[in-house]
Amino acid sequence: MSDTNEMPTHETGGQVGGVHRKVDAMERMRGITRYTDDLKLPRMLHAKIKRCPHPHAKIVSIDASAALAMPGVHAVITGKDLPTPYGIIPWTPDETALCLEKALHVGDGVACVAADDEDTAIEALDKIEVTYEVLEPLFDPEEALEARDNPINPFSRKGNLSKKVLLEFGDVDAVLEQSDVVVEGDYFFEGTTHAAIEPHCALAHVEPGGVLTVWSATQVSHYLHRELSKVLELPANRIRVIQPPLGGAFGGKSEPFDLEFCVAKLALLTGRPVKLLYTREEVFYSHRGRHPMKMKYRTGFTKDGKITGVDAKTILDGGAYSSFGLVTTYYSGQLLCAPYGFDAYRFHSRRAYTNKPACGPKRGHGSVQPRFALECQLDKAAEQLGLDPIDMRLHNDIGDDAVTVNEFRVGSNGFSECLRRVRASSGWNAKRKELPYGRGLGVAGSTYISGTNYPIYPNEMPQAAVQITLDRSGRARVFSGANDIGQGSNTMLAVIAGNELGLPLEDIRVLSADTDLCPVDLGAYSSRITLMVGNACLEAAQKLRRAVCEAVGKRWEVPRKRVTLADGQAIDREDPQRNVPLAEAFQWAESDNGLMSATGSYNTPKDRHGEYRGGTIGASPAYSFTAHVAEVEVDAMTGIVDVKTIWVAHDCGRALSRKIVEGQMEGSAYMGFAEAIMEQHIVDPGHNGVHPGPSLLDYRIPTFLDTPELQALIVESPDAQGPYGAKEAGEGPLHPSIPAIANAIYDAVGVRMDSLPFTPPRVLAALQARAEQERAGTLKPHKPAREMA
Amino acid sequence: MSGPSRASAPDAILLRTSINGDAVQVAIEPHHTLLEVLRYQLDLIGSKQGCDKGDCGACTVQIDGKPALACLTLAVHAQGREITTVEGLGDAHGGCHPLQDAFDRHDAAQCGFCTPGILMSAEALLRKCKRPVSVDEAREALAGNLCRCTGYTKILDAVVDASESMHGGSEGAK
Repeated sequence: MSDTNEMPTHETGGQVGGVHRKVDAMERMRGITRYTDDLKLPRMLHAKIKRCPHPHAKIVSIDASAALAMPGVHAVITGKDLPTPYGIIPWTPDETALCLEKALHVGDGVACVAADDEDTAIEALDKIEVTYEVLEPLFDPEEALEARDNPINPFSRKGNLSKKVLLEFGDVDAVLEQSDVVVEGDYFFEGTTHAAIEPHCALAHVEPGGVLTVWSATQVSHYLHRELSKVLELPANRIRVIQPPLGGAFGGKSEPFDLEFCVAKLALLTGRPVKLLYTREEVFYSHRGRHPMKMKYRTGFTKDGKITGVDAKTILDGGAYSSFGLVTTYYSGQLLCAPYGFDAYRFHSRRAYTNKPACGPKRGHGSVQPRFALECQLDKAAEQLGLDPIDMRLHNDIGDDAVTVNEFRVGSNGFSECLRRVRASSGWNAKRKELPYGRGLGVAGSTYISGTNYPIYPNEMPQAAVQITLDRSGRARVFSGANDIGQGSNTMLAVIAGNELGLPLEDIRVLSADTDLCPVDLGAYSSRITLMVGNACLEAAQKLRRAVCEAVGKRWEVPRKRVTLADGQAIDREDPQRNVPLAEAFQWAESDNGLMSATGSYNTPKDRHGEYRGGTIGASPAYSFTAHVAEVEVDAMTGIVDVKTIWVAHDCGRALSRKIVEGQMEGSAYMGFAEAIMEQHIVDPGHNGVHPGPSLLDYRIPTFLDTPELQALIVESPDAQGPYGAKEAGEGPLHPSIPAIANAIYDAVGVRMDSLPFTPPRVLAALQARAEQERAGTLKPHKPAREMA
Repeated sequence: MSGPSRASAPDAILLRTSINGDAVQVAIEPHHTLLEVLRYQLDLIGSKQGCDKGDCGACTVQIDGKPALACLTLAVHAQGREITTVEGLGDAHGGCHPLQDAFDRHDAAQCGFCTPGILMSAEALLRKCKRPVSVDEAREALAGNLCRCTGYTKILDAVVDASESMHGGSEGAK
């Protein structure tokens, strides 16, 4: 196995770049796939968590005796049963499975009961007496930062400052001073949540041999495995974590939650299987969604529209716990230095603890909010300078093989092509001039990471590994720790394995996300799976392909390289009439080598970022690029914004499976649209910090009728770091949605929407403010209305 | 609600109904929903619980051929009626309904959790129209089903495609 550097073999099995039926979709459509809540074990108990009704309260006492005395109740646990603090980021363990001394937000868990059935468990919750001493809550992040002597989180070391990052590259003040134009803006991004349709669910059981098995709707089985081991004080080799098929995640299932620890502890205590399914209300209170951010931006430009420098000041409202907050705080600045090149950059981000459900990562972690601010800044500058906003962005493209101001190395870059595609498809040039008052087009661009350069806990082991085994019937089994959360990663692995081994997808079985069966993978976050796990899979599949070709070549007495694997056969390239079914080829290989199994590992290159502290956070092996054009119609009487169409062009390096990539782009654009127009995850300080509508009716997400036309335009700029050149497609395409819509609203009616979401009252208020200026003669009318017929 | 009931409780009711063409008799608690009985007593797990309060549509089944939210329907309401769940959708089509095939070809299911409910709503539309449907008709018919993954585009493609494959051509869809 010498020639490990041979070029990717696109032509090999013909799978890459095609359209595929997903390997596991039909069973989902027939209703026979077993998601976590579909699992049922003999003598299974049901658990429910008692939650705090106060936003900030000391727990004086908990009396569970009346609950325990109920028939059908088997156990009650409280914070004292699971006192070890944990956190997804090893440096910030600041939560416990159930509250120890204090509850930090409405909905914080204080006790958990296991009973014969859920009805009994719910009745038992009412019988658990918790005495609270109610404390003053802090809802505003800036007030919380001021209140240094009133730390919300008992594990916090710096009052209510959860994390602070200040990084400066170049002399920002000098650069801004010398700029022809400096645009200043204040932006506010309301928090939003994931709202996956499957609520969180976990089931635990101690197997007869003593191994604790936890099935959970998680997107990070490996990290859950580690944290379970820590909190339960059980060695990791006594725990098995299985992620059943998952009903959506979007970042909302990317860290351990109270329910996983609770079912595990209760299963250990009772000796019976224990399941817990969140109600929809609990999903909202568990949250970990997008951080509210208050952002102050100064951006400098030359006369011809070149960005000179960016100065950003951001306050993140973190909620009660750290979650991924350390990373979010870095990401709020670090991910902004492409696709545009500029010479000076400073960002100062502070994350505050508040008495709200904790914020965390949501699709486009940390960078969707600042991207909104920066892209609106660009639009304001383009208008001031009289430039076309697309031309201006083309002019600022950092290009490929570039180094960003914060010292990240960019490989392939299809950003300009993305801009050209959305310009052509939307009819930008003609339409933008012609659209009357009330109608408008807006553009925005972005970049995103294809995985993070370093794992969450420092180690030198591979970040991804895949094992593939061939069997004598002519099939392959792919073992991968990666979490398929609906994004199609199981199919992606089958496409790569099938491409290399010449197998149709139905002959490939992907077994994923089971810590007993599969090699470790770090999980479905930071858009890492296609690049990292894909590379590991490619390596394993190539090893097997070479061994199979070798065995066939030996029997045909031809060099290995004359043999190719395609369409279920081994074929002589020079004499295609000579071929043999893969089952037979695999048997020849097994006769020569023993069991045909190979592993592939992937680790990131370590030379793609700066050496400064924090320089590794946000660095990625490869970056995706996106551009959106949005077309809107704004009703100036009602303030209603109707988004008609979003054209989304995304550089995914190479589309391994085209419809799956399109689906990611469409789903991303939809989710960004939703955040722009209707979603806000808030708690109401006027009502004791409760969520004003923790349901899928009150927290409005777009229906079939609300969602605009979505036009997905795949751009392929292959990256040397990705498998067959592939980069991410699952998160990047969300970023420009919001600023493209904001910029389109300006084009339509001449008002800048700098606060999210763009609800009718906000739009109306902005229109009225503009009308007053027009009446006073300080502003000219925005653009002519359509001629009346 | 995730638990099976204490079905032996004294106030249990005997439910006689038809599910996917099978005569079913089951002792139920009067306060339990059709969704709870389907999922946790009869192990028909295809109907999903996303919200348990009628907001998301993932639990959509058909009662006497009409789409209904199983989480808002008390199980007793099924007494003497015909219930169809996603598990029975392909019965008349050799196990795979043309909608399921179209969803598969168009990658219209990402996580697939909302898909059973969407299929049940879509099937009712196609059966009612008996002709190729338009995108707008599909949007209207599916407005009660939330999907968080797809942005709906591929689902609409699949529904229109299935209606065309079942009823031929695209004429009549305009």
